[in-house]
Amino acid sequence: MKGNEAIGEAAIAAGCRYYFGYPITPQTELAEYMAKRMPEVAGVFLQAESEIAAINMVYGAAGAGARTMTSSSSPGISLKQEGVSYIAGAELPCVIVNIVRGGPGLGSIQPSQADYFQATKGGGHGDYRNIVLAPNSVQELVDYTYLAFDLADQYRNPVMILGDGALGQMMEPAVLPETNQQVTDKPWAACGLKGRRKPNIINSLYLDPNRLEQHNLHLQHKYQLIEQSEVRYEEYHTEDAELIIIAYGITSRIARTAIEKARNAGRRIGMLRPITLWPFPSRAIRELAQKTKAFLALELSAGQMVEDVKLAVNGARPVYFYGRMGGVIPSTQELYEQMIQVISGEGGKGDD
Amino acid sequence: MTEKLFTRPKSLLDVPTHYCPGCYHGIIHRLIAEIIDELHVQDYTIGIAPVGCSVLAYDYFNFDMFGAAHGRAPAVATGVKRVHPDALVFTYQGDGDLAAIGCAEIVHAAARAEKFTTIFINNAIYGMTGGQMAPTTLLSQRTNTSPYGRNSEACGHPIRMSEMLATLEGSIYLARVSVHDAIHMTKAKRCIRKAFELQLQGKGFSMIEVLATCPTNWGMRPLQAVEWLKSEMIPYYPLGIIKDSTEVK
Repeated sequence: MKGNEAIGEAAIAAGCRYYFGYPITPQTELAEYMAKRMPEVAGVFLQAESEIAAINMVYGAAGAGARTMTSSSSPGISLKQEGVSYIAGAELPCVIVNIVRGGPGLGSIQPSQADYFQATKGGGHGDYRNIVLAPNSVQELVDYTYLAFDLADQYRNPVMILGDGALGQMMEPAVLPETNQQVTDKPWAACGLKGRRKPNIINSLYLDPNRLEQHNLHLQHKYQLIEQSEVRYEEYHTEDAELIIIAYGITSRIARTAIEKARNAGRRIGMLRPITLWPFPSRAIRELAQKTKAFLALELSAGQMVEDVKLAVNGARPVYFYGRMGGVIPSTQELYEQMIQVISGEGGKGDD
Repeated sequence: MTEKLFTRPKSLLDVPTHYCPGCYHGIIHRLIAEIIDELHVQDYTIGIAPVGCSVLAYDYFNFDMFGAAHGRAPAVATGVKRVHPDALVFTYQGDGDLAAIGCAEIVHAAARAEKFTTIFINNAIYGMTGGQMAPTTLLSQRTNTSPYGRNSEACGHPIRMSEMLATLEGSIYLARVSVHDAIHMTKAKRCIRKAFELQLQGKGFSMIEVLATCPTNWGMRPLQAVEWLKSEMIPYYPLGIIKDSTEVK
């Protein structure tokens, strides 16, 4: 199954029947897949006039009580940020897929991880967080897309799936989950009074500063709960590692092959792969800092996630960085050489 | 025994509004609420408030509502109506919201024949931000961002949104009304009611453009504003049914 199609099937299995999108490479196949599949399951596929309109349709459908999603790629996600901020402010559940491409500007259509900041630090205006999931295989695209809808409903929060062109195009076997039969009760939804006395209002406007501060405190409290309960990551050969690689998504797959090679050469290198980019596995990294000698963050960016690694390590160990940009994917050999350079004490880029 | 002849509609909450003296939002809110009561659809009405003076409309209506981002109400309404096709869904939008920042959203909602109704309040100015030029500001009209009067050379001509949307197959009923006196209020109410009825019959997109005063930002007394609406606005924005695809020709 192809990555982009796996996302679509998992969303349908999760009970999503409302997809709103706009064509942009390299996620267009997902929109095309939904155009074909949604009518078969009595769902709605709607090609909006813009990414801005699409995310606002999601706002409407989510506020009306439905499981809903949109997808796009980096420049389109930038356009959606207005709507994402409103969705976070109004506490609506929805899933946003970002098949990341190189930037800034129109950039390229090749795989990139340069949207880490806009995904994990909010992206739009105001103090808010998206739950950000970073799968690294077609099976994980299925599993985490399915999970995303549950997390969105549970926390009434936008959940972003951060993929890239390579994952979207990747062809791998995957097992689909059982179709979701559970309907989340949403007594807050604006779906018509239907006998209810008090109208439900979906909005994010609080003109009174004290009320807005209370609302923000409520959101921050929710984000704390998410940080306590929803951190997900995978460790690989970290038990005895002198150097720990931090990498997510497609980069973690290349890094893993490079680590195998290093292990065969007797080098004690391991990896922690964040699966949730927000909440970030800071505690796990902090604990590893007690045991290991150094960290090396690998990214398809100029160094974005590495900032969170440094915050987690907090100076206890050196943190190095290696990244490629513009859609260039490093080879296994290239990452292997970076790892060997750091573990041999020849240093690397990034540590002060 | 006394009989109650005039009372507050159930669909309008008994609260003071923040609207200025001489502003028409209150009248238009009431007309909408009366129609919703008359059609017995309060239980399945969902309204979408804009950004503008009527941003707090959900504090005054007594049914489920959304606050939308500036200009995006037609996209939000699209999402809502697709989820609840049997609900009465309407957007309530001003001229800055609908004719400037939200132009793409309203045009494409109409083009897709989305089955909701838009109540478009045209007062030829931005109200909430304090009186700036709108796409509907008349030529020579002075605002805070056209202090020498709107000049077509620099700012183009005012947009007639209803006529523009009438060119789209998806719009089925478009009317421009005013509420500056009892006769016009009655006509306005008839048009809004027809738009809602057509929506409930599953027909396409409908919009009622309501010409409105803004004494505060026009810098006039309420009665002067009524005269200005009659003498300046109506000649440029003629009242009447702009399009009715449901009429047998």
